[in-house]
Amino acid sequence: MAEEKVSRRDFLLYAMGAWAAVGVGGVLYGMYKTWEPLPEVKAQATVTFDISTVQPGEVKVVNWRGKPVFVLKRTSDMVQCKDRSVEDVYTVVIGICTHLGCIPNWEADKKIWHCPCHGGEYDACGRNIFGPPPRPLDVPPFKLEGNNIVLGEEGPEYKKMKEKGLTV
Amino acid sequence: MKFMDWLDERLAVRQVIKVMLTEYYVPKNINFLWSFGVLIMLVFAILVVSGIFLLMYYKPDSHLAFDSVNKTIMMDVEYGWLFRHTHAVGASIMFLVLYIHMARGIYYGSFKAPREIVWITGYILFILMSATAFTGYLLPWGQMSYWAAQTITTLFEKIPFIGPDLVVWIRGNYIVEDATLTRFFALHVVFLPLLLIVFTAIHLYAVRIVGSNNEDGVELTKEEKKHGKGIPFWPVFMSKEFFVMSVFLIFFFYLVFYQYKFAMDPINFTPANYLQTPTHIYPEWYFLAFYEVLRGFFFSQNLGLIAFVLSMFIAAFLPWLDTSPIRSGKHRPIYKILFWIFIADFVFLTILGKLPPTGLYAWLGFAGSLVYFAFFLALPILSKIEKKKVAGGR
Repeated sequence: MAEEKVSRRDFLLYAMGAWAAVGVGGVLYGMYKTWEPLPEVKAQATVTFDISTVQPGEVKVVNWRGKPVFVLKRTSDMVQCKDRSVEDVYTVVIGICTHLGCIPNWEADKKIWHCPCHGGEYDACGRNIFGPPPRPLDVPPFKLEGNNIVLGEEGPEYKKMKEKGLTV
Repeated sequence: MKFMDWLDERLAVRQVIKVMLTEYYVPKNINFLWSFGVLIMLVFAILVVSGIFLLMYYKPDSHLAFDSVNKTIMMDVEYGWLFRHTHAVGASIMFLVLYIHMARGIYYGSFKAPREIVWITGYILFILMSATAFTGYLLPWGQMSYWAAQTITTLFEKIPFIGPDLVVWIRGNYIVEDATLTRFFALHVVFLPLLLIVFTAIHLYAVRIVGSNNEDGVELTKEEKKHGKGIPFWPVFMSKEFFVMSVFLIFFFYLVFYQYKFAMDPINFTPANYLQTPTHIYPEWYFLAFYEVLRGFFFSQNLGLIAFVLSMFIAAFLPWLDTSPIRSGKHRPIYKILFWIFIADFVFLTILGKLPPTGLYAWLGFAGSLVYFAFFLALPILSKIEKKKVAGGR
């Protein structure tokens, strides 16, 4: 019997252990999957918006994944930034202050976004120009389809911006 | 007594009572700080009972939750306000008694061998209680509820690689939403309390094995405690404990009836709005110290986050940080000083946590955070010094 390295009893034990591990793994996977966003939530992952409806100097707010996205068509008297723009004239940024997550307000007379919480300021390109914000407003992933902008998908223009590190 | 005999034959109840109560001895040289363990059990019972009654009218749905709490329970249900205030004040006071219980353990070295398991299970209980408080805080679905959950879940975003996906997974949505509310509800009402009960059982079992520590930190055998140096847990210890409980309950219900507002943030009486952040977001008082450590490293978000996680868990490792042969702080002059600096620092951080993190406050928060960690890092050094001293004295 000494040649028998794994006895019948051991084999049954290992087999049962392995089978139980598969069962536990399956249950944990099932539990993990129940916490995934529901289909109706995932359906809101992308939002399509017609940017040609934005008038010069106007800020429209698009709701994307529960976050406000500011779309501003800049006029010539505002600061310009080609590399951070969509089609050179649109500023498309997530309207959440990069300091502590408050929502900045557009001040049309000064042509800046001003955060009511701690006084952070962003220029018309969404770049932080004053106060505690550590970085500019984030640019959401976008893809251009004619006049439409699809938020939540990474198009070539967005990828270019991302490579340059301008989106965050 | 016939019924007891009948029960004893089937469940050996007399033996259980002996082991758990009448022949479980507590040292005589303890002070009133040793009454806080039972007080925690009392507050836990109050929270369970008041929680069950809130559960009868609460609706875990993002459209219904706010009104079910602030209208149905507060205005329509007879005495509903009483149960809500009891639950809210109970949660707050739970942390007060927990902190005193833990500070007692730290001062008198109750975490040291052979009580490591008592300390670790106790620490797990503290973490579980924090999770219970955090998940429960979302349920009224007010502005502070909402933004506390939003902010804390956002912290997970910083975990390398999986962070952003993990946050969405935890929330069940891109923002805190209905899915988050219902899962926090399930955790708060079933899963976490169940774990709390399991770990409380292990905690108490472990204490029954190694016995309570005492003021002098001198180990007493069961025989010594039986013959003069101790008292039986039941009825002698508990008869004293009942007095402490009575005084505590006067204080507790004074808070419930007259001072409940400290546990009810006015901002939370505005319904949750995901498009409007309150000007200042801050946690309840019992998390302020840890929150201040998070903000204390104001120059680096990542460093702040690491410090925050570390500050929550570092005390769990006390038995291995402090290896001094002297157990009780009563007989450790340097440790005594360090301990009181640590307590003062904890209070200091708690106060700072409520103030805006700007200018001088930011630097004070940074300094306070460093002192917090300095206490734990000083312990291995102090242990070495004291080891030498003890060896030299012999």
